Amino acid sequence: MTTEPTTSTPPPAREVARPQRDRAGRVFAGLSTGAGALILVVLAAVAGFLLLEAWPAITAPAEQLSRISWIPADGSLLTYVGPLIFGTLVAAFLALLLAVPVAIGIALFISHYAPRRLANALGYVVDLLAAIPSVVYGLWGGLVLAPLVQPVWQWLSETLGWIPLFQGPAATPARVMMTVGVVLAVMILPIITAVSREVFLQTPRLHEEAALALGATRWEMVRMAVLPFGRSGVISAAMLGLGRALGETMAVLMILSPGLTYSLALLLAGRQQTIAANIALQFPEASPLGVSALIATGLALFVITLAVNMLARWVVARRADFSGAN
Amino acid sequence: MAQRIDVKDLDVYYGSFKAVADVSMMIEPRSVTALIGPSGCGKSTFLRTLNRMHEVLPGARVEGTVLMDGVDLYGNDVDPVAVRRQIGMVFQRPNPFPTMSIAENVLAGVRLNNRRISKSDAETLVEQSLVGANLWKEVKDRLDRPGSSLSGGQQQRLCIARAIAVKPQVLLMDEPASALDPISTLAIEDLIAELKNDYTIVIVTHNMQQAARVSDRTAFFNIAGTGEPGRLIEMDDTRTMFSTPSVQATEDYISGRFG
Repeated sequence: MTTEPTTSTPPPAREVARPQRDRAGRVFAGLSTGAGALILVVLAAVAGFLLLEAWPAITAPAEQLSRISWIPADGSLLTYVGPLIFGTLVAAFLALLLAVPVAIGIALFISHYAPRRLANALGYVVDLLAAIPSVVYGLWGGLVLAPLVQPVWQWLSETLGWIPLFQGPAATPARVMMTVGVVLAVMILPIITAVSREVFLQTPRLHEEAALALGATRWEMVRMAVLPFGRSGVISAAMLGLGRALGETMAVLMILSPGLTYSLALLLAGRQQTIAANIALQFPEASPLGVSALIATGLALFVITLAVNMLARWVVARRADFSGAN
Repeated sequence: MAQRIDVKDLDVYYGSFKAVADVSMMIEPRSVTALIGPSGCGKSTFLRTLNRMHEVLPGARVEGTVLMDGVDLYGNDVDPVAVRRQIGMVFQRPNPFPTMSIAENVLAGVRLNNRRISKSDAETLVEQSLVGANLWKEVKDRLDRPGSSLSGGQQQRLCIARAIAVKPQVLLMDEPASALDPISTLAIEDLIAELKNDYTIVIVTHNMQQAARVSDRTAFFNIAGTGEPGRLIEMDDTRTMFSTPSVQATEDYISGRFG
């Protein structure tokens, strides 16, 4: 952040050592600049590829597109991609809604409540969750979780059915968005927990003691000092999790009974589908124009993810003055 | 609101390590008591036992009694949280909550005690406390700015405002000026002189002149060696301590011959 003041007249004793130090500095500066530039190049290349490959579908006339079996009769790419974007966002935000409170709870327990030995063990177990491949989550979600939660969804639709979200009767088997949300939540839990835990552990002792000395209980101390300090870190963690949930393919593909509507009903089958799962589902049998249309949906996913991340950064930056970083 | 503290035969332990041994002292209300001594002599540890803040570290415990107006702060039915609401503390480094505005910082302790405080009461209290901490004039136009936007000396006075906003019985200060420049230090010392009209103040300081300037009574702590517990060597009126102390070690320390 702060630049080193440049000395106009260096002391003579240093001059001998200078050239070599300069070379090391230049190499390091070059390497880090290169790494930084590389990420931009990769990002631009991905965007370029998506745009290039999607172009035929974007510019294709409607009657040509409508010949593809899974594109709506009006032959509009927008009518096709709309429900997919909707379904993707519903799945990802549902997962986030379920995962973030639990992740913050676990992270706080590990950082501020658990005895040290238990905290270490628990942290390890949570990290282990991240090592499970998503195919396994898909199998587990479809074969174990879906039958298990069906009665719960049934009960939910019977008691809270008047809310459109929980409109019944709950589908059997429970290959519905709610089940997908739960599985995605479990999948993004480790990353959110791990990052939040690290952020909470960074809370300056001074701030915690300030709260305690005012007569705060442990929970009040967490609310006054730990959570506000960790806020931006938790948002970043949630965004990492959201990114994974937005792009998750296998688990959704293996659990969800797909449908292309703008339905918010989480307990009904055949209502929503996500972009990533849809691409995987349609890709093997798609015509060249079909592939292009699918890549166009991929472009939409790319844009959504980028937009969500920028939104999160804006949220964090808005209160930068109060972040504790200064 | 100021109260007397009576410490009897206090031992402080961290796990099995005895950090402070056998301290007995009387801290008078509406006065400033300074705790001086070399680093590691247990004066800060002792200060933190007065509001049970040392218990924040795992394994810390005390033996003996600390009576505040006759009530043992370490009694079985006494909640350390309640003790800390009665006894305010100011730390070595200023620690306003960075995520709160100046006004919110002042109100932080009050909100813990009494969530429903009317807007006008809150404004009055913010002004009173900041005036009490000699900070009002400097910040009255930017109460909604973050506390961390202030200078170090202003932040420390903000912390004092936060501590006195809850109207504590006692104010503990752990080297409150050691991270500040001389002008801010002077401001804090002037403030201490004003605050003692209302509060019982205990201050730990490494600065002998500061102890001589601000305190009425001075207590000298010392350790015999590494691994030994810190002990209270002597306590007397500040004037006596700095002119004719009764123990040789005190005179050596005060005159700068060791420590």
